[in-house]
Amino acid sequence: MAFFSRLKSGLAKTKANFLDKIASTVGIHKKIDEELLSQLEKTLLEADLGVTATEKILNGLKERVKKEKIEASDKIIGLLKEEIGKLLDSSGTTSTTVGTAKLRVIMIVGVNGNGKTTSIGKLANYYKEQGRKVLLAACDTFRAAAIEQLEIWAKRAGAEIVKNQPKADPAAVAFDAIKSAVSQNIDVVIVDTAGRLQTKVNLMEELKKIKKVMGKALPGAPHEILLVIDSTTGQNALSQVERFSQAVEITGIILTKLDGTAKGGIIIPIVSELKIPIKYVGIGEKIEDLEVFEPREFVEALFE
Amino acid sequence: MFTELSSKFDKIFNKLRGYARLSESNIKEALKEVKVALLEADVNYKVVKDFISSIEQKSLGQETFKGVKPGQLLIKLVYDELVELLGKENKPLRFSGTEPTVFMLTGLQGSGKTTTCGKIAKFYEKKGKRPLLVAADIYRPAAIEQLKILGKNLKIPTFSQDAKPLKICREAFEHAKQNGFDLVIIDTAGRLHIDEALMKELAEIKSELKPQEVLLVVDGMTGQDAVNIAASFEQKVGIDGVILTKMDGDTRGGAALSIRAVSGKPIKFIGVGEKTDALELFYPERIASRILGMGDVVSLVEKAQESIKIEEAEKLEKKLKGERFTLEDFYDQLQQIKRMGPLESVLGMVPGMGKFKGMEMDEKALTKVEAIICSMTKKEKVSPNIIDGSRRKRIASGSGTSIQDVNKVLKQFAMMEKMVKNFQKMDLKKISKMFSLVNYSQ
Ligand SMILES: Nc1nc2c(ncn2[C@@H]2O[C@H](COP(=O)(O)OP(=O)(O)OP(=O)(O)O)[C@@H](O)[C@H]2O)c(=O)[nH]1
Ligand SMILES: Nc1nc2c(ncn2[C@@H]2O[C@H](COP(=O)(O)OP(=O)(O)OP(=O)(O)O)[C@@H](O)[C@H]2O)c(=O)[nH]1
Ligand SMILES: [Mg+2]
Ligand SMILES: [Mg+2]
Repeated sequence: MAFFSRLKSGLAKTKANFLDKIASTVGIHKKIDEELLSQLEKTLLEADLGVTATEKILNGLKERVKKEKIEASDKIIGLLKEEIGKLLDSSGTTSTTVGTAKLRVIMIVGVNGNGKTTSIGKLANYYKEQGRKVLLAACDTFRAAAIEQLEIWAKRAGAEIVKNQPKADPAAVAFDAIKSAVSQNIDVVIVDTAGRLQTKVNLMEELKKIKKVMGKALPGAPHEILLVIDSTTGQNALSQVERFSQAVEITGIILTKLDGTAKGGIIIPIVSELKIPIKYVGIGEKIEDLEVFEPREFVEALFE
Repeated sequence: MFTELSSKFDKIFNKLRGYARLSESNIKEALKEVKVALLEADVNYKVVKDFISSIEQKSLGQETFKGVKPGQLLIKLVYDELVELLGKENKPLRFSGTEPTVFMLTGLQGSGKTTTCGKIAKFYEKKGKRPLLVAADIYRPAAIEQLKILGKNLKIPTFSQDAKPLKICREAFEHAKQNGFDLVIIDTAGRLHIDEALMKELAEIKSELKPQEVLLVVDGMTGQDAVNIAASFEQKVGIDGVILTKMDGDTRGGAALSIRAVSGKPIKFIGVGEKTDALELFYPERIASRILGMGDVVSLVEKAQESIKIEEAEKLEKKLKGERFTLEDFYDQLQQIKRMGPLESVLGMVPGMGKFKGMEMDEKALTKVEAIICSMTKKEKVSPNIIDGSRRKRIASGSGTSIQDVNKVLKQFAMMEKMVKNFQKMDLKKISKMFSLVNYSQ
């Protein structure tokens, strides 16, 4: 329930925007006609759902309007909610599994500046609150002050940290971190990686290597690979998910910066077409601004 | 789903090529696809609508369909309109006459402000300025440290203080005046455009410091929200220009169009990498033609004219059309490519090579191939099949490479020769791949 209210408050502006638009549309058009549908198209496109998902949703909507002989335009929000819910459902999203491994290794990846390190701080706090022992691995050895940044988050969350010098081999840092976690009886290791654009072949190779080396330090590691997506991102997020999935197996997504005005609508095609579940959402810069993502609640919060 | 905008346009206009002239209906059909392409490129919905209706009017009013291929005409119209929308010319940033010049970088969280501060400092230091970096982000963990490290690496001083941002900026300006710095570059904290308190902080710094340029730093991957961001920053702070970052990826960069269209503010620079020299001036024509999949045709032609002697090009063309392609020809080809500038940027400019953009070119591998070919005799270059074991050994030691390297080049050349025969056309991508000019490993 915490998620529900937090996300709702985080999404207040989003929701107002989205609903205001639809409501005003519905107000103007008493009957469901072409004009109304094109208004809905605009609303969805402006929420970053993209052309394909928007078309899919509107086609589903039209079909139902026809089949169920719906004429009143005020039914449209309920219908839209159902159609979007269907799309989010189609991935068979489940909430976060705890897993059976004693030591859980979570690797965080994504393009530059989208909130990886901050989300790690929040995640560390999230696990600490569950009474777990957490260790962070400073594998972004590239960006200026990335290590210092993670150190501050480790301190805030009360987590351990394993780090090396700037420019050190990130795979080696990951290896050391896991080894050290094993000997310290740590429950969760969260690995920070440098931001990288998905088109950089060398950097994606580096990511594969970091992952491989982790498996050598502890068979089965990493148990989770979370891709961070900035909700301000447009259609490029699809390419991000696709390419990062090709390089390493993405087990889930963290959708950050949902406290802004961007609608985060890009998650709809991501979940429905690329079948990767959204696990967490980031709704601010503070340590507690992270919530587990629940698709049903997300749709509810968007439309209530 | 992930096709480039450019290939979309290609498809549309290829379709049009079949028509003798443009009819109202086939313009409409093409423009519908242009609309989809632009939306998929993240151009804002309203901007797309205006764009399309403007093109529609212009193309329907056109009487000069005779003589010009319809597809070409429409390409030109769309291109001109894109350039118009992106802003025709790129005016340089303004500088103050007497007092130190102040640039303030603003934007959402993680858009690239701090990195871009470093890039701009370096850019203008090279032009003879004495920049001072100012760390006014007191909120984000290690933000000050980040700027300090950037400054240290660039050997450009950073000003920081344990104080409120406004005070930091004020003192930094004084410090600059006293110590002979003529350019003050302020790094501000990332903030949401709806965060009233933090937006007010920027407005206050602006009204006191009176920066020559307040620059909005925007992530090039931004979606539909770009218009809201730009409009809010313009309204609440007032901006003079925009810097679009992370353009080195495969983003189609529709945000450039959106922002320009709603804010009217020029895009000054684009960020094309994480390193401090990865900053380029923004050229509307280049971006427009890239969006259209025409490659950077204009610059490519210019560069080629400078560097490729016409006879050389003709000779090569003849070879490719029918005659045998030898190692000598390949060497010539490499020289021409090299004269045109860094491989990656050259390939990015060739139409249809958009996909190639992300790969990093290995200039070292190129040098190796060159060295090996240079160590061959003329006869060997023309008839590589005479190169036996002892010749290979000689070539390797002559070029400072190993026999394996020589073997590799010969084997790859044989494959390429076949390919050239097959296609009678150079395919730079395949050739580069074969010669390991593309570096896949670290
Ligand atoms: N408003 C808001 N800001 C966020 C959120 N998550 C992260 N940020 C901010 O986004 C900026 C970038 O966050 P980082 O965690 O440094 O991003 P990163 O992905 O680690 O960046 P690189 O390592 O440079 O690629 C910081 O200013 C964060 O405070 C969020 O959910 N909401
Ligand atoms: N590939 C690429 N990465 C970039 C570019 N510009 C910045 N970055 C990266 O983007 C990330 C965020 O950059 P910062 O300079 O920290 O962004 P910021 O706006 O100062 O972030 P906050 O201060 O947290 O709001 C870092 O990983 C940078 O290396 C660019 O043009 N290309
Ligand atoms: Mg980071
Ligand atoms: Mg910064």
